[in-house]
Amino acid sequence: MIHALKRNLTSKAVLTPTIVAMTVCFYGCMAWTIYVSFTRSGMLPNYDLVGLAQYDRLWSAERWHVSFSNMFIFGVLFITGALALGTFLAVLIDTKVRMEGAFRTIFLYPLSMSFIVTGLAWRWFLEPTEGLQSFVRSLGWESFEFRWLVDPDMAIYTIVIAAIWQGSGLIMAIMLAGLRSIDRDVWKATKMDGIPTWRAYVSVILPQLRPLVITCVVLLAITVVKSFDLVVALTNGGPGFSSDLPAKFVVDAAFERANIGQASAAAVMMLMAVIAALAPYFYLVRKRS
Amino acid sequence: MSVAIDQVAAPPAPAPRRFQMKPSRIGLYAFLIISALFFLIPLLIVFNTSLKPMDEIRTGDIFDLPIDPSFAAWAEAWTSACTGRNCEGIRVGFWNSVKILVPSVIFSILISAINGYALAQWRFKGSELILGALMLGAFIPYQVILYPMVRILSTVGLYGSLPGIIVVHIIFGLPVLTLIFRNFYSGIPIELIKAARIDGAGFFRIFFSIMLPMSTNILIVAVILQVTGIWNDYLLGLIFAGRENLPMTVQLNNIVGSVTGERTFNVDMAATMLTALPPLIVYFLSGRYFVRGITAGAVKG
Repeated sequence: MIHALKRNLTSKAVLTPTIVAMTVCFYGCMAWTIYVSFTRSGMLPNYDLVGLAQYDRLWSAERWHVSFSNMFIFGVLFITGALALGTFLAVLIDTKVRMEGAFRTIFLYPLSMSFIVTGLAWRWFLEPTEGLQSFVRSLGWESFEFRWLVDPDMAIYTIVIAAIWQGSGLIMAIMLAGLRSIDRDVWKATKMDGIPTWRAYVSVILPQLRPLVITCVVLLAITVVKSFDLVVALTNGGPGFSSDLPAKFVVDAAFERANIGQASAAAVMMLMAVIAALAPYFYLVRKRS
Repeated sequence: MSVAIDQVAAPPAPAPRRFQMKPSRIGLYAFLIISALFFLIPLLIVFNTSLKPMDEIRTGDIFDLPIDPSFAAWAEAWTSACTGRNCEGIRVGFWNSVKILVPSVIFSILISAINGYALAQWRFKGSELILGALMLGAFIPYQVILYPMVRILSTVGLYGSLPGIIVVHIIFGLPVLTLIFRNFYSGIPIELIKAARIDGAGFFRIFFSIMLPMSTNILIVAVILQVTGIWNDYLLGLIFAGRENLPMTVQLNNIVGSVTGERTFNVDMAATMLTALPPLIVYFLSGRYFVRGITAGAVKG
């Protein structure tokens, strides 16, 4: 018994620094931010509670509305786009193509790079005076216009494109692993029934991968809520604040505009968005158990 | 038995049909090749531009190949690219990133491996609770934590310093890494540990002489996750590193965003390539481990 106690002591002692760090830096800081979001805090934290005043102010700020609705535009298009492209590429690669390794390597490599690099590469490519627009014009189509990067109504879609470019490879890799794990008997059965291959994918194989699809959606949704670097490098939230996202709103509010109350309230909204993004995952876990 | 049946039933392997392809196959390859171009073009254009002199960039367009490819812009980016009025090149950021990366990777992995081992093989009352708390912690967005964390680090005198940013990377790496190691060590049969305990080996002895030598695969995954994750980090470096220690990603964005003087796109693009290269090299060397590392870390921050 004494021996057992000693063993546990080492284990506990080893874990103590991590437990302290987690409690203070994750949960302590989170609690602080939530508390401060209900206070009068401005330039400096202030601990007088004022109810929902910060949230009232946040939701009446135009920039926050733009940020928040951008998160949904970006989220819906990016998740659908990356999921569709990634799954489609996985299915194509699954049909025993030549040079499979080369294709996989090409589809996945953007994932290894910083969002800053991705953002700058796409910014260069989409820059009207230097990039795609000027190239197409030089081919002879003089009136060709592609100015999304500098158009307040379209800038958010450049972020969608760059994010799909970076993220589809991951979906392809996850879905391909799933497709490869499908029992060969399932394929034999569909062959015997004379079901065409594409039909087998749509009605038999992909529905079997639903848990994987849900995992992908959760991963992508969390990426959406946390997207910061990509916006900074690609549009810096502009023109104006037309392509702003909550993650950038919070950092700007805390460190540039020095408004701790607004930053905290917006951060709490981000936290709620992450919890919402995790909902399908908990549904999956509950269904399994 | 079933093997024999399979072998009998299996059709002979079809002879490779090099020159006849069904239209559907042609469509399939066409789509794959177009997709490959979509994924390659942005980086190839950055690379292409980095090899041209400025007057060629001004007169030509992005797809024109350089007349006389040269790495002059790379050299300039490395030694004398400017952030505002400071023109010491992106090498400053490179070495800052290295100084941040090495200790962060070593300590975060060492601590997490021991944590994971303790949680998997030396369970105690409450260890499941710790596991749950770690898992949820991994999902908290950095933005919720940043400002109070800055205040904590200022209080202890680490804010805006090299040790400060290293500590931040270690702490933010702990949840995901501990989970990875815990899951890995849970798969190791408890009998092995029991036998070692009977032989008188203790917690650390078992870890260093039995567990660690078996952990090569998971260590590779962890190293890939941390090296790419910390190298590519922008937000934490921006907030916590301080002016003297800004990592390469932050310096890159500052160089490209610099409006002082004439914009030198070739130098900007060379700096971008230089920043992208280290994780790209990790990617090309690590192959299948890479996907495991990235999927494991996809929830971070």
